[in-house]
Amino acid sequence: MANAGRFSIRRQTGFTLIAAFCFLWLYAPIATLIFYSFNAGTSVAIWEGFSWRWYEAAWNNEQIKEVSLRSLLIATVAATVATVAATMAALATTRKKPFRGTTAVYAAINAPLMVPEIVTAVALLITFASIKVATGYTGLGYLLAAHSAFCIPFAYLPVRARLESMDLTLERAAADLYATPWNAFRYVTLPLLWPGIIAGFMLAFVISLDDVVITEFVKSAGQDTLPTYMLGQLRRQITPEINAISTAFFLLSVLIVTLFFFLNRRKS
Amino acid sequence: MAAGQSAIEARGVTKVFQGAGQDAVKALDNVFVSIRENEFFTLLGPSGCGKTTLLRLIAGFDFPTEGEILLHGQDIAPLPPFRRPVNTVFQSYALFPHMTVGQNIGFGLEMLGRPKAEIEARVNEMLKLVRMEELRNRKTSQISGGQQQRVALARALAPAPKVLLLDEPLSALDYKLRKDMQIELKRLQHETGITFIFVTHDQEEALTMSDRIAVMSKGKILQIGSPRDIYDRPSERFVANFIGDTNFLEGEIAGTAGSEAKVKLASGAVISAGLPEGFSGKNRVTVVVRPEHAGLTAPGKKADLSGKLENIVYFGTDTHYHIMLDGGASFMIRQQNSRGGGVGHAVGEAVGVMLEDHAAQVLKD
Repeated sequence: MANAGRFSIRRQTGFTLIAAFCFLWLYAPIATLIFYSFNAGTSVAIWEGFSWRWYEAAWNNEQIKEVSLRSLLIATVAATVATVAATMAALATTRKKPFRGTTAVYAAINAPLMVPEIVTAVALLITFASIKVATGYTGLGYLLAAHSAFCIPFAYLPVRARLESMDLTLERAAADLYATPWNAFRYVTLPLLWPGIIAGFMLAFVISLDDVVITEFVKSAGQDTLPTYMLGQLRRQITPEINAISTAFFLLSVLIVTLFFFLNRRKS
Repeated sequence: MAAGQSAIEARGVTKVFQGAGQDAVKALDNVFVSIRENEFFTLLGPSGCGKTTLLRLIAGFDFPTEGEILLHGQDIAPLPPFRRPVNTVFQSYALFPHMTVGQNIGFGLEMLGRPKAEIEARVNEMLKLVRMEELRNRKTSQISGGQQQRVALARALAPAPKVLLLDEPLSALDYKLRKDMQIELKRLQHETGITFIFVTHDQEEALTMSDRIAVMSKGKILQIGSPRDIYDRPSERFVANFIGDTNFLEGEIAGTAGSEAKVKLASGAVISAGLPEGFSGKNRVTVVVRPEHAGLTAPGKKADLSGKLENIVYFGTDTHYHIMLDGGASFMIRQQNSRGGGVGHAVGEAVGVMLEDHAAQVLKD
């Protein structure tokens, strides 16, 4: 009775069928990929029985260990730098009086989300190339700088959302109770902001871990990350080893995103 | 400090909020007020009258465009809130959700860098004062609205501020709890001896709790006085209207003697009425009479005013008589039923109205 006049998309004919089809469309390829990672044979399309052999092969592959560690290192550094920068940016954009051009600042911070990645990649390639020529430095710094930069908007979004939902009166109450601006931040704002910061960090971490395009353009010789290494492998011969690596990578991402979800949901 | 010295004094305080473009809103317009030591002082007015702005200026959350705010004679207007020995009870309480009740109460002292033992003792003392000893380790989200209110009070009182500011602290509570908290607040003020500045739009709350009330409208203070002064001798139409029911009678000054005037009404009747302070001496005036300061008399008996009884409304504790006066003004009388209200009169009969001594008051505007 109460719902009689209300339109519910879930009650439309074929809703369940379409939904099921969409999920299938999304996950069937990944399921296939995971399935063949357990193949005993060398094909990624012909099933020859269950085996852990490709996981063992990947585990014992020194190159994979090297690129995985590099990926984790870059993601950790980039996510940390980006989260600190994003938190400061979020504080500046939510805790200061709106000024002329506030919208422009939002746009500037979030632009990397909209700019085609390939454009950023080419721009970085050209810029870094001239720096390389000028200084001779070819270390990991370029990748770290690039990743830190494009991770900022991803870290910024959850931190800003959290700050905007926070009651400003709390900070006022802290100031009223003799907390200097630093102490108010340290004892009131920061503890309440923490879930947003963690969420921002994780999002940035996953984005960095996942990046192919910019990394491919910016990396120097011998600086492959896990995704660019996988891309390189695909150009040679394809064995279920790549499936095994992909599966492990997939599970890691799922784990991080799940953590992110629960942290976000716990916010008061 | 000398007895009678003002705890807080506002001198010529003006606050202008710059809106978008050319709009500028004058939230406070050249306000002068002096709040005494140990006083329960209420800023009363409708929303947007500037009462909360004045409170925020005293707390330091905002700074006056012009004028001085003195705390015990010293100008505190330029100081940030954390340098003012003034604490606030917020309308929303603003308790820190990640801290326990005890941590909330101890926060101010901790920020002042007091020793742990002192904070501990003071928190216990405060918990006892607001009767919440057993809830010390609860999270603030695990206690009721009334309890949160008490924690907010305890937290603001813990650092022993010179002045406590209360921003409509009872508005979120239900009726019964609000009544209890009114008594509780009076008790706390009495026990701590701290000056309370209370902001409310609720006239009843203001009348029951305050030592003095300042009635505000459109950024100005219209009248300052004891609840009885404000109620019995409102100086302006807005004050008379905002607080309680009242009768307005138009008339002309027929002569003055000291603070009393003879006013000739439209019907030709002449009544005596008190003159407000700072009366401009104009001729045409409005006189107010509270409905409970007048009584009905039988036809033919001596009366100040006469008219016809138009309606009788029974209200349980009292009865309202609506009278059309000779000369065309309507007049209402409220009589308590326990004192014979509601009997002996019928609609349509000619009646006389007897005013109590000092019942009528001339308005400034």
